[in-house]
Amino acid sequence: MTAPQATPGSETSTAPRTLFEKVWASHAILTREDGTALLWIDRHFVHEGSFHGFGMLEHSGRPLARPDLTIAVADHYVPSHARTEPIRDPEVAGMITTLRRNAERHGVDLLDLDDPRQGIVHVIGPEQGLTLPGLTVVCGDSHTSTHGAFGALAFGIGASEVSHVLATQTLWQRRPKTMRITVDGTLSPHVAGKDVILAIIGRIGAGGAVGHVIEYAGSAIRSLPMEGRLTVCNMSIEAGARAGMIAPDETTFAWVEGRPRAPKSDAFAAAVAAWRRLPTEEGARFDRDVVLDAAEIAPTVTWGTSPETALPVTGVVPDPATATDAAKRARIADQLDYMGLAPGRPLEGIPVDRVFIGSCTNARLPDLRAAAAVLRGQRAVVPGLVVAGSVPVKRAAEAEGLDRVFRDAGLTWGEPGCSMCVGMNGDLVKPGERCAATSNRNFQGRQGPGARTHLMSPAMAAAAALRGAITDVRRVA
Amino acid sequence: MTPFTTLDGLAVALDRSNVDTDQIIPARFLRKPRSAGYQNFLFHDVREAEPDFPLNGRAPAILVADANFGCGSSREGAVYALVDAGIRCVIAPSFGDIFAGNAGKNGLLTVVLAPDLAAALRAQLPASMRVDLPAQQVRFPDGSVHGFAIDAFRKRCLVEGLDDIGLTLAHAGEIAAFQDADRAARPWAMPA
Ligand code: SF4
Repeated sequence: MTAPQATPGSETSTAPRTLFEKVWASHAILTREDGTALLWIDRHFVHEGSFHGFGMLEHSGRPLARPDLTIAVADHYVPSHARTEPIRDPEVAGMITTLRRNAERHGVDLLDLDDPRQGIVHVIGPEQGLTLPGLTVVCGDSHTSTHGAFGALAFGIGASEVSHVLATQTLWQRRPKTMRITVDGTLSPHVAGKDVILAIIGRIGAGGAVGHVIEYAGSAIRSLPMEGRLTVCNMSIEAGARAGMIAPDETTFAWVEGRPRAPKSDAFAAAVAAWRRLPTEEGARFDRDVVLDAAEIAPTVTWGTSPETALPVTGVVPDPATATDAAKRARIADQLDYMGLAPGRPLEGIPVDRVFIGSCTNARLPDLRAAAAVLRGQRAVVPGLVVAGSVPVKRAAEAEGLDRVFRDAGLTWGEPGCSMCVGMNGDLVKPGERCAATSNRNFQGRQGPGARTHLMSPAMAAAAALRGAITDVRRVA
Repeated sequence: MTPFTTLDGLAVALDRSNVDTDQIIPARFLRKPRSAGYQNFLFHDVREAEPDFPLNGRAPAILVADANFGCGSSREGAVYALVDAGIRCVIAPSFGDIFAGNAGKNGLLTVVLAPDLAAALRAQLPASMRVDLPAQQVRFPDGSVHGFAIDAFRKRCLVEGLDDIGLTLAHAGEIAAFQDADRAARPWAMPA
């Protein structure tokens, strides 16, 4: 466990290197004998929840090391109702005020409630061109893995680490192992990035990648647009991975070019030249390899309280009696009990009480388009909330008339933020209610005490809204 | 941070895998100031929903769980809740990476035991047991002694109760030199 590792990128090494190794090596300020490195951090995103980290910094009396590399955004606690209405809960309002005060005091750029750039941290980073290939990106939020879609090394950290980055712009990290997940072949129609990552987690389990950085590879991954890649990397943490990465390519460069904070003209050309050297070299070694066939991935939903309970929508709720050991049996039974489901029941047709289309997993423009394409001209039979990932996404969706599609279907069109993904702003699923959600966590109580969450893609959530039940989108599209 | 050396105390079994940090502390408590004390938030909703939850009516110092304990959200509040409730050590076959990092920063020891061994231990609980960090050993209630591995650095920080920002700032010269070289090598890496 503490065996010294060969120093990657050392001058003498000519072994082919992975994308991860290259980014790691270029950020290691120093490496201890046990392989733990002090890493330079290129981008540090903070949000309302980072108040503990700021508190610790102030308690220590240390200054913020690099305000220019720290970006603050209000997302977790922001209301999805109109911004002109006051926030009713004083504690929730206080979280945003505290962020504002910390950003002001330390000279940090804040994407505040009224900022035209505001949105969920993992949406705005890429959108503003702050997230770039080859960077190290951290945030006090586990879904920071999202940014790895650009070929950045991006991972979530806790409050103590937030304070460490604030004070030093560096972080001690034990060198993770590497895992390559290759998805080759062609994805079927109506199968999206969300289905790919749910299928992967269903295969390797919620702890399947603990201690590893995943590199997603293969023709099906390369065929995904940036937004689909972001969805895949977003849920790396749901497989326990430290981070998820995808090698940057022409799709990446084209997406980054012209973004507000991305390098410009000559600097952009120099950056692309450097980024072209990032992809994993032929013959590079991974600690683990997993291969999936894209053609076998169906629209996927979860039935339980862990993302690893993902199954094709054509499947049935598992029977604890078929589990191989007592612990697994108990785990399935507990989940069925919480979810209010009987073994053997087909997943399709499970009634849902509401729908949530949003979150850092699935609230970018193509996600909203996919949901709107299913809903266009029809009425939902259950209530639902659609929340764009950012103000720019919301504006773009409105310019295309997507908001009209959602409203005409009877759904609510909210203001950008985390919203019902975690309910910190008060957008909660009621106890016992069942929600078809495009977010990333179906944990017990995640969307509110007693709430039952089924994870799925935006198109699948839209189909569930139309039928009031889990529905194979291939039947309605 | 309170130094961690040897711990004798009540251990309780949590016979489940993938215990996520949303269960350990529901999101609505995360806005509370740390000074308020986080002990009452620990497993708040699970304890209410399950009257026979192993922590109800018990105040253990050690928690023994199944695989992937502390997966999910990066919320350090999960560690605050455990620590404020008097838990100093969690034993499991594996841990969520971010949780394990957060634990170390707050004097909470995470001990990785093989799945069979952890299961054997859970079968002996609730009971008193010993965790000896300097010796890297746990003594089960039945008297058997088992070694565990831990990063040398994490161990040192726990045993000595070190503040690692202080340790990092001792490398200020190397950090500055890195920044100078990096600015020249990657001029595009600064936000435009
Ligand atoms: S949308 Fe959900 S998962 Fe994403 S950052 Fe917000 S709370 Fe976390």
